Amino acid sequence: MPAVPFDVNVRQQPRAAIIDLHGEINAGAEARLNDAYEQADRGDPEVILLNFSQVIYMNSTGIALIVGLLARARKHKRRIIACGLSQHFRDIFEITRLSDFMPVFNDEVGALSKAEQAEHVHVRQSEARGKA
Amino acid sequence: MTTVIQRFRRAFGRAAPQAPVAPERARAAASADAVRNLDLTPSDPLLGYLQRTPGVIDFQNLRLASPMVERLRAEGVRLAVPLLSQGALIGLLTLGPRRSEQDYTSDDHTLLGNLASQAAPALRVAQLVRQQQLEARERERIAQELRVARLIQQTLLPRSVPDVAGWGITPYYEPAREVGGDFYDFIELGDGQLGLVIADVTDKGVPAALVMAMARSILRAAAGRLDSPGAVLERTNEVLYPDMPPNMFVTCLYAILDTHSGRLRFANAGHDLPYWHHAGGVSELYARGMPLGLMPGMDYEESEIVLAPGDHVLFYSDGLVEAHNAEREMFSFDRLEALVGAHADGGQPLVDMLLGELASFTGSGWVQEDDITLVALGREAASGNEPRSYPATQTVDEHSSDTWQTLAELEIPSLPDNERLAMEQVGAIACDLGLAPLRLERLKTAVAETTMNAMEHGNGYRADQPVRISVRRSETALAVRVYDYGAGGEIAADEPDLDAKLAGLQTARGWGLHLVRHMVDEVQMGSEDGMHMVELIIQL
Repeated sequence: MPAVPFDVNVRQQPRAAIIDLHGEINAGAEARLNDAYEQADRGDPEVILLNFSQVIYMNSTGIALIVGLLARARKHKRRIIACGLSQHFRDIFEITRLSDFMPVFNDEVGALSKAEQAEHVHVRQSEARGKA
Repeated sequence: MTTVIQRFRRAFGRAAPQAPVAPERARAAASADAVRNLDLTPSDPLLGYLQRTPGVIDFQNLRLASPMVERLRAEGVRLAVPLLSQGALIGLLTLGPRRSEQDYTSDDHTLLGNLASQAAPALRVAQLVRQQQLEARERERIAQELRVARLIQQTLLPRSVPDVAGWGITPYYEPAREVGGDFYDFIELGDGQLGLVIADVTDKGVPAALVMAMARSILRAAAGRLDSPGAVLERTNEVLYPDMPPNMFVTCLYAILDTHSGRLRFANAGHDLPYWHHAGGVSELYARGMPLGLMPGMDYEESEIVLAPGDHVLFYSDGLVEAHNAEREMFSFDRLEALVGAHADGGQPLVDMLLGELASFTGSGWVQEDDITLVALGREAASGNEPRSYPATQTVDEHSSDTWQTLAELEIPSLPDNERLAMEQVGAIACDLGLAPLRLERLKTAVAETTMNAMEHGNGYRADQPVRISVRRSETALAVRVYDYGAGGEIAADEPDLDAKLAGLQTARGWGLHLVRHMVDEVQMGSEDGMHMVELIIQL
């Protein structure tokens, strides 16, 4: 299989920023991935969704980059979720426990829908605590 | 009919010049104008009138709303006689005023009519002779052009094939009758590096041959200065583009073979993808890039493989895959891929087999439509090609009772991202063994991570220290051994802990071995012949 260079695209939506990941996530992806995160973060989204549906290869260095993103997101109290993972990548997320910190959804629509529901629950709980 | 030949004879009259001029000058003008083409459009009513009216026409009294009548009348035409041959209008005899300045008589009309009826067949014969002469001249011009094109092409193709120990290179080139723009080239780059080019210029004949010559020279110059196949194509495109004739371009694949390691780096400007025959089957060598000469500022993706002993690669042009048989079916890429995959031998046997298959496919009486170019590159099988037996190390004793068969031995240069090569080559072998898709993915990840560790920690990414990989199988398991030059203690021993990593207590890296252990059924480590070895075992 030929090498497919890493590429990334950021889509800003009203409440979410979607980072579409393409190609191979390895050491060469670091700068563009971090830039994409910063671009996504600037819109102050409620959630950042990493879309892995176009990722064909990710090595341990790529996993380290995702861990780095997760660490940054947690530092900024930003929710980060993932979608479009192949079964093999899902297994890797479980082996590394990334899926414990980064909920994984089948696709973008499902991910954003669940994220919105979770946000409503969070808001209602906050309101209830306020009334109490 | 848009054009008729107007014949003007001064035997009866003189031409009426468009503006008054001296008699001598008028005669000279008339002589030069004696035979000329008239652009008579199909919509001009004069055309139908001439076809219907075989006799002499008095232009002074002709009432016809025709632009051509107006024009001829303005030029002084008094009489006109259509020249008809077998009902077809082939010319028009026109006359100006009589020299005596008297009107034409009825005898003149009769004489003109007779002249026209005799002149028409003679004119027709003259036209046919002239047409045949023109066609013969055109045929000769084309034949001469083909000779020139063929000469240019044959002059520029390599006169000899590089003689490289351990490698076989077999070119084949057969131009079509109407010579196309195929070419191939070998460029000795020194230090065991060999450049290989296969290209196809759009168009045929001399224009294609000239562009071929230009592209070849530019590419050779770039190859001498630049080490990267992608950069060579990029440079060639930049230089070629401004001088490229409209609607022409060049597809080109350029590869650099390291004859020591078998590493083949390549970039592709829109050329047909070569086929690589290896232990795991056959693969296309893919790299993205636009043809040369189409647009400036193009980037060319670069890919690479490592040719193991016994591997071969076929470079080819579209003349083979686009050959048609009598039923207008194409030879096709699928057919070629299957043939390359099924044929373990490269070199001349491969070329002979493909030409035989092409002949069977096209049948007798086939006219070759385009140039056919093949370049078969093969790495000779190792002298000890029989399965290598590794002395059992202490760590693999439990498997020593099995019979192990070596499926492949690979050498991967220690260069960033080369773990992908190891992964794909081992993956192709495992795929043929029927490993389930998810387990195959797990094995590939384990091979990639182990190779990456070997290149980085064991060999320090030193190109002269490749990672060696052997792939063996028994009745029940597949074993992949990855060897490097390290001592084996280079990999961080800490088990990765995501909580600690997120808290900044561990580096974000360090997942490789952890992943490997979860991906395969067993991981063993040891040393052999002074090399560090990791063995990955997965049950079949």
